[in-house]
Amino acid sequence: MFLNLGVGLRFAAVGLVLSAMASTSASAGTDILNVSYDPTRELYRSFNKAFIEDWKARTGEVVAVRMSHGGAGKQARAVIDGLAADVVTLALAYDIDVIAEKTELIPADWQTRLPHNSAPYTSTIVFLVHKGNPKGICDWDDLAKPGIQVITPNPKTSGGARWNYLAAWGYALRTWGGDEAKARDFVAAIFRNVPILDTGARGATTTFVRRGIGDVLLAWENEAFLAINELGPDKFEIVVPSVSILAEPSVTVVEGNAKKHGTLKIAQAYLEYLYAPEGQRLAAKHYYRPVLPEHADPADVARFPKVDLFTIDSLGGWRKAQAVHFADGGVFDQLYQPNR
Amino acid sequence: MVATSRPHVNSVISEPLWVRLALIALALVFLGLFLMLPLFVVFAEALRGGIGAYVEAFTEPDALAAIRLTLITAAISVPLNIVFGVAAAWAIAKFDFAGKSLLITFIDLPFSVSPVIAGLIYVLLFGAHGWFGPWLVANDVEIIFAVPGIVIATIFVTFPFVARELIPLMQEQGNEEEEAALSLGAGGWQTFRRVTLPNIKWGLIYGVLLCNARAMGEFGAVSVVSGHIRGETNTMPLHVEILYNEYNFTAAFAIASLLALLALVTLVLKTVLEWRYGAELAAARRL
Repeated sequence: MFLNLGVGLRFAAVGLVLSAMASTSASAGTDILNVSYDPTRELYRSFNKAFIEDWKARTGEVVAVRMSHGGAGKQARAVIDGLAADVVTLALAYDIDVIAEKTELIPADWQTRLPHNSAPYTSTIVFLVHKGNPKGICDWDDLAKPGIQVITPNPKTSGGARWNYLAAWGYALRTWGGDEAKARDFVAAIFRNVPILDTGARGATTTFVRRGIGDVLLAWENEAFLAINELGPDKFEIVVPSVSILAEPSVTVVEGNAKKHGTLKIAQAYLEYLYAPEGQRLAAKHYYRPVLPEHADPADVARFPKVDLFTIDSLGGWRKAQAVHFADGGVFDQLYQPNR
Repeated sequence: MVATSRPHVNSVISEPLWVRLALIALALVFLGLFLMLPLFVVFAEALRGGIGAYVEAFTEPDALAAIRLTLITAAISVPLNIVFGVAAAWAIAKFDFAGKSLLITFIDLPFSVSPVIAGLIYVLLFGAHGWFGPWLVANDVEIIFAVPGIVIATIFVTFPFVARELIPLMQEQGNEEEEAALSLGAGGWQTFRRVTLPNIKWGLIYGVLLCNARAMGEFGAVSVVSGHIRGETNTMPLHVEILYNEYNFTAAFAIASLLALLALVTLVLKTVLEWRYGAELAAARRL
């Protein structure tokens, strides 16, 4: 009877091998995998459709674009662990830097390969509050006041949350003339008001709009617009702070994977199409600030409020920000102690 | 306590009426609040957009792919677990060998390890920088972030269900019937099919039901190894999360209701089995 059990096992093993083969043969050179961060779902759904049509019109080839979404840090980790992305479109340059650092898949100078620091659209961090702004939240100062509940995802896992954090940090540095101790106290006061840290931007948005927790959500501008759009303009409104950070979500081809899949050309064309008029139009339509606004619908561009924006470079760039603030034992770990 | 003169057997084995009522009420309220209400909410939310939207949620290609992947995963992991469970239960119940209790402990491991850790173990083993990663990459075999990884993670978390159900059953039954069959000239396979299998069939079916329910419903371990590629590596539970995060609440709850239905069907089957074959089950256990 053990012989027969052996046969059964062999059957099952064949099943496993078959399913392994099925999954490797899936990438036949005409479909690409775009590993992206959380709030880009709607953008890439329409962008992929446009790109597929455009590629067919130009080359006659029918391609497919598969999507994977999640917190940017988590997604970068997955690519490092072997998620076979042909392109990554992540929340910030540092996440792609990490992939370049830990693998041979992306060259270190990836950011120079596409215009505008490889960021085809930008965004910023704004506040989403309940309609009528019952707590009177107008600027970063108000977030640090006692009794205000602030919702933001975890900067350790979410790219958007790192932008949130650094926007607050940058505001504090400007307000107190570069005094880091003051900035530290200020950001600590904000994070004392944070009841829950979700792992991704979309999770935080759902916590705020759907579960009704918190007085203010720190959100990507596009995410805030989208939440209002999807869940009713009668419930929420956007508050634009006096200054905020210029968020540059970066994109790049994962060369190592794309070469292996034979999709390098498609992957490159895919990202270039983000800079094409149609790509820019769609970015603006989905509430991302286009880097070439002349291609976008003026009505879409007019929706973006004027904000005084500072860049990550004014804080010393991503590598420094990451090492100082978000590394284990960094400033964020020191100032955020839950359940105090 | 009160009647000290009589032998107070009754007052010891039966509680006062109010205690009984309070306990029953507590159990019912608890069940209602924590089990029935959420179940009701799932169905209510799923049907809020009308029957049309409900059906549409299932016919959407990504949803179909998620359902298909869930079925494939269960179709591979459940038979493997049957083979493993029967083999392990057989070995433990009928043989004596060194390290037997260690084996029993290992079978229980998936119950005590968090599913997320289970997923991470496989990333560390099969991920691009894991132990077997370089070899897998060189030979173009995809395990993590593909269907095989999902199947392996599912097998891990459903490991104990069949074995755990069979071990006590087979231990109580002992070897006598098999020995009798063998001494009467039956072959190994014949003995297994005609003697062992009938004895363990209800326990086996019960284990398979639980195993299947968990295989289809597993979230944590599968989430870690899935890579969340739409239409490709999303099982139904992962698809529910994605839909929910896309503000597509009706569809999210529609798929969730399908999972809830599966749980209900499992429960009903289990109850029917117990009701219909309760005597046989008990008899099998007593043997």
